[in-house]
Amino acid sequence: MLGVQNISRRTFLKSAGVTGALVLGANVSTGSMIGTARGQGNGTSIKPNLFVEISDDGTVTLTCSRSEMGQGVRTGIPMILADELEADWQRVKIWQAPGDETKFDPAGKDQQNTDGSRSTRHHFEIMRQLGAAGRYVLEQAAAKKWGVDPAEVYAKDHRIYHSGTGDWFDFGEVVDAAADIVVPTGDAAPKLKDKSQWKYIGRDMPVVDNYDMSTGGATYGADISVPGMKIAVVARPPVYRGKVKSYDASEALKVQGVEQVIEIPPLADDMPAEFRALGGIAVIGTNTWSVMEGRDRLVIEWDDGPNVTHDSSTYNGELVVAARTGGHVIRDRGNVDEAMGAAARVMEAEYFVPYFIHTPMEPPVAMVDATRMPVKVVTSTQAPNWVRQYVAEALGLEQTDVECEVTLLGGGFGRKSKPDFACEAAILSARIGAPVRVQWTREDEIRHGFYHAASAHRLKAGLDGAGKVTAWHHSGAWPTLIALWAPTMRTGHPLEYGLGLIDTPYNEVPNLRIENGEIDAMIRVGWYRSVNNIQHAFAMNCFANELAEAAGRDPVEFLLELIGDADVMDLTMDGVPEHWNYGDSIEDWPIMPKRLSNVLRVVAEKSGYGKSMPPGHGLGIACHRSFHSYVGCAVHVVVRDDGSLHIPQVDMAIDCGRYVNPEGVKKQMEGAAIYGHSVAMHGQITTTQGAVDQSNFHDYTITRMDDAPLDVRTHIVEDFTHLKPCGVGEPGVPPYTPALVNAIYNATGKRIRRLPIGDQLESA
Amino acid sequence: MISMRINGVSRQFHGDPDMPLLWYVRDELGLTGTKFGCGAALCGACTLHVNGSAVRACVTPVSEADGGEVTTIEGLDSEGNHPVQRAWREHNVPQCGYCQSGQIMSAAALLNENPDPSDDEIVDGMAGNICRCGTYQRIFAAVRTAAQEV
Repeated sequence: MLGVQNISRRTFLKSAGVTGALVLGANVSTGSMIGTARGQGNGTSIKPNLFVEISDDGTVTLTCSRSEMGQGVRTGIPMILADELEADWQRVKIWQAPGDETKFDPAGKDQQNTDGSRSTRHHFEIMRQLGAAGRYVLEQAAAKKWGVDPAEVYAKDHRIYHSGTGDWFDFGEVVDAAADIVVPTGDAAPKLKDKSQWKYIGRDMPVVDNYDMSTGGATYGADISVPGMKIAVVARPPVYRGKVKSYDASEALKVQGVEQVIEIPPLADDMPAEFRALGGIAVIGTNTWSVMEGRDRLVIEWDDGPNVTHDSSTYNGELVVAARTGGHVIRDRGNVDEAMGAAARVMEAEYFVPYFIHTPMEPPVAMVDATRMPVKVVTSTQAPNWVRQYVAEALGLEQTDVECEVTLLGGGFGRKSKPDFACEAAILSARIGAPVRVQWTREDEIRHGFYHAASAHRLKAGLDGAGKVTAWHHSGAWPTLIALWAPTMRTGHPLEYGLGLIDTPYNEVPNLRIENGEIDAMIRVGWYRSVNNIQHAFAMNCFANELAEAAGRDPVEFLLELIGDADVMDLTMDGVPEHWNYGDSIEDWPIMPKRLSNVLRVVAEKSGYGKSMPPGHGLGIACHRSFHSYVGCAVHVVVRDDGSLHIPQVDMAIDCGRYVNPEGVKKQMEGAAIYGHSVAMHGQITTTQGAVDQSNFHDYTITRMDDAPLDVRTHIVEDFTHLKPCGVGEPGVPPYTPALVNAIYNATGKRIRRLPIGDQLESA
Repeated sequence: MISMRINGVSRQFHGDPDMPLLWYVRDELGLTGTKFGCGAALCGACTLHVNGSAVRACVTPVSEADGGEVTTIEGLDSEGNHPVQRAWREHNVPQCGYCQSGQIMSAAALLNENPDPSDDEIVDGMAGNICRCGTYQRIFAAVRTAAQEV
């Protein structure tokens, strides 16, 4: 953990070229401001640590070292700091940190990579400490000015008060007295506020970038322009790991505004793809339209390579076979074979989920200036230090030779933690000796991405005569995302098992086996909002619903019986000595069946589950734990005569432990329902001879307002807010699809076992 | 030569008349509030107004705006306080924010043509704009609020 320090160095500012100011922190990094932060005070300021700065005009500048992609992190993280600091939110500005994990990863857990729904849970405690350190410095400074015992002094609402006289200073008025104050550590560290004194944590807060985002003033990666910069688009191999055999650029070079055509070399065959640039032909020029036109005029002959055999039509069948075959038992409780043999009834069903692609509204884009040292990257990235690492490798430099500024992200969803697009810009900038911005088009994004793993699942269960589940057997297969590093790997990886599979929450089932089959990865597989939780939640919630039906039981009661109300589910009892728990310790974030049952009960009650529905209407329910949070989802569907759907209402009950900004939680649940609706209804990437068939929003459909749920009601469960914060950005997505599918069954009696739903109801 | 007024300023364009308006305003004029999302009039991120009507700038050649009045998100209101913009902030609509310029320009044009839209007319009018973060519920509410003010 970062020590909370206040190091007074008057000389530091002089060396940083700033005069007339006082800085009390080490490693002051000023960098560029984005969003609403428009410059800082002109005079003195103190910086008790890298996350808090107070200027003598009272302006407080708080650091956000996490990437904003719509999840509200530039609001939520500073809220924690401001609360402990006792700052007035109206006088707070946000400064976006560049990539530097030695300074801006205070939790020391993830190199500033903003994914895995972990910003709040990893930073809640340390941000409180850093904010409290700032408050301590201000209180000590005020006590010094008054010549009183610091115990008589307290901070409140941007002022320091003297409790005896009621006198007060504004924050800015004590900055001049703050030099040389040392923030104690260990047991003497500044005390954190009691929960009852929180003024921002737990309260609704609008996002800090609202004004800029509603006036066109917000800056994204695509908006970056520097003097002398060229714009490039790249024609990439249609098949994963394909190469350029030959090309003719003569027509491309005739387009007005096109200046150069350059080949980005392919990777050596034995080098894993990871997040590297995979090669292609770059068209470089003065404006985006010219280079796009130029690219259309390239004539390229490709060597497609070994993945040309990758056809979804056959590969999907291989996935189904792999799921049936299984072979790698990852969790085994009791004796499933014996229990199946003794069961009064054995049920089996298979589920399939295709590849998806992220489609953030801003396609990947990066500006790199490799003509200077350190090399400068400005991009909309989730992972600025991976940008630095891979750009450095592409240029034959050290990571410390590359700096990365982070703009706002026009959506991320996992795509923008993979910096291949920044590598392309770096290679081109170094080659032509000018800054280059590489712009991906929508077609590039859909055809050359990192795809959510397609997967097949065979579920089998034994029921006793009373309709109780005595055995549960889930076997799944998917191409692993770890193949990016280990191309020959054919099984899943523990981190994928941990995404809602090995932790299958049906803790009351006495015999339970989880198995994984083998398949080759023939495309770049990468994480996508909520990752493999999507298919796991879909398969197990839908299968449980089928079992309830077969047993003549109420589906919610049936699920509650499977999950139970144990405090903790301990996988070591099931032959799993350790498992991936979202990168966190199982002690801090245990698997708690009672919390899952709780959200299920809440969402059943809030949605009016059990009420009678008119013909064609259905209510479906599902629940899932992911990223340590527990979410119950109820979808009310109307299936019209023509098979089209309308969603009058969605209820989401989320237990995310300690939350910071309830308004942010609500927005994530609303967005997750709509993201889930795209997954359920439309999402499907297919390949033919190795190439992706889809190209833009006409054939890769995203939910629009006319098919979206527009009444999503979020119920934040308060019962476990004394526990640690858990994820919010992703956990709303997985339970939506099975809730919808179960609702459709409730309305029509038709089971959906293969995504997307698409026109399956129309052909019924 | 092509002439137009953009956000009230007279502009002369000497380049290829087929260049889409999107790239003229973004790359040549630096008005980056108008966004690139699909290049094929499928997502609405590039929506701006030509002579008061919403158009998809990514497929609208500069020549089509010749002699016309173009308004981008930057020119919708000098203070950023168009009723639609105020409603967007009141409902705390944006998540990533990238599509919101286009959403706001579509909503402003919708309300300009139909100041009192029904719920179905709001949905129909806004269905051309994709928001991947899924802010439709709040967009819908914000358009309704703005409709009471225009």
